Amino acid sequence: MGHGPPPFFKRGPAPLARLAFFSALSITLLVADLRFHTLEWTRLLLATVAWPMQRVAQMPVEGAEGAGQYFASLVSLQRENSGLRTRNLATAHQLLRQEHLEQENHRLRALLDMKDRQPAEGRVAEILYAARDPFSRRVIIDKGLQHKVAAGQAVIDDLGVIGQVTRVFPLTAEITLLTDKDQAIPVQVQRNGLRAVAAGAGAGGMELRFLAANAEILVGDVLVTSGLDGIYLPGLPVARIANIDRDNSFAFARIRCEPIAGVERYGHVMVLGDRLVAPQPEEPAAQHEAPTKGRKVRKAIR
Amino acid sequence: MNQPTHRSNRILLPARAWFVTLTLLLALFANLMPLGRLPGVPDWVALVLTFWCIHQPLRVGMGSGFILGLAMDVVDASIMGQHALAYVLLTFVAGGLSRRILWFPLWQQAAHVLMMLLGVQIVMTATRMLGGAEFPGVLWFLSSFVATALWHPLTYLLLLPQYRPVERDDNRPI
Repeated sequence: MGHGPPPFFKRGPAPLARLAFFSALSITLLVADLRFHTLEWTRLLLATVAWPMQRVAQMPVEGAEGAGQYFASLVSLQRENSGLRTRNLATAHQLLRQEHLEQENHRLRALLDMKDRQPAEGRVAEILYAARDPFSRRVIIDKGLQHKVAAGQAVIDDLGVIGQVTRVFPLTAEITLLTDKDQAIPVQVQRNGLRAVAAGAGAGGMELRFLAANAEILVGDVLVTSGLDGIYLPGLPVARIANIDRDNSFAFARIRCEPIAGVERYGHVMVLGDRLVAPQPEEPAAQHEAPTKGRKVRKAIR
Repeated sequence: MNQPTHRSNRILLPARAWFVTLTLLLALFANLMPLGRLPGVPDWVALVLTFWCIHQPLRVGMGSGFILGLAMDVVDASIMGQHALAYVLLTFVAGGLSRRILWFPLWQQAAHVLMMLLGVQIVMTATRMLGGAEFPGVLWFLSSFVATALWHPLTYLLLLPQYRPVERDDNRPI
């Protein structure tokens, strides 16, 4: 960088000036995206433009996978087929009684004058690929705005919850997996109904946050969604407790859990429809007194 | 005996603008391939960008780095500005060091390039971890080493259109 250009060669602004300009621009973008989430429309537009190119780039990989499947041995397919048939038979009795139980549940809820549970509905999508970003756990599915997928919807596979739709593009959508560090999900322990919040812990695991060191929880407990958030339907399996570290020097226990669903595997998933939430009860109108109270308190402190 | 320069062994034709653009776009395309979290997949855009910044510092600079960085941010589903910032810093360093690096033999050039590519990854890690993301693991940094190993073949590949056939002419002064 030690050589300035002679004045008679026009090379535009000096490198340092250009560096300052572009770095400032990048940092502005970073802050705008990280803190204020204002760039989603720009991203949507650019991603739509880049979509055909992305599609073409996927073709070699998909072709290789297709060739691999073509040469997959007959034996492994037959084994998978028989395994699926066994599992189907094993769950058949539950499925057969499901209709009967739902009817009964409906009648009982009507008797008790409770609101009906919303039936789960959704659309099947295929996971196209994992996003390249190594700092987060996200996958891209092949359904988007065109198929009425919306941000915030829950995504499940055949075993349990795998994540939530966080960004929607016209033909694809981005799912943040449960194991992402920024993703939290309200859960309850199936055995005793203890409520908690599970969050991703990276490295394919999750952790239960803010549970007291003496909370009643055991290794092997199954966590299901509690439905308190108004996003996930209640009762979907989420994770199983893997180990508990009750250290009395901390206020909270360190509880690691493993997701039940195939969160880091790829295949078909189901995007659940929007959940209908009952309107929140209105806040009691006690707002007139609040400011005077505050002033009094402040005076009292002085 | 003519004065030795880094190009004295081979006189190169000027680089064509369309070829530079094409290789950068191809690199972007290679980055779009959905290989998931396979460790050791090089960041092709960073590598080719470094190459052209070193060989054509007047043509490829921070502007190209910024635009390619934005493109990577969108297709990578990462935070906007993360790649842009890292690539701008990369092009600044590569452009500034270009006169110096070209004097070295190829394997020493690769050592310079390794430092720059690791710098890109460290800048990206720092930005994301400031934003609260998880550490991607040490294996992620393997991609820079793989990219560095590719520096030697890449140099020959990308300079191929600029080579011209060697004409033996005893009467020519150089």
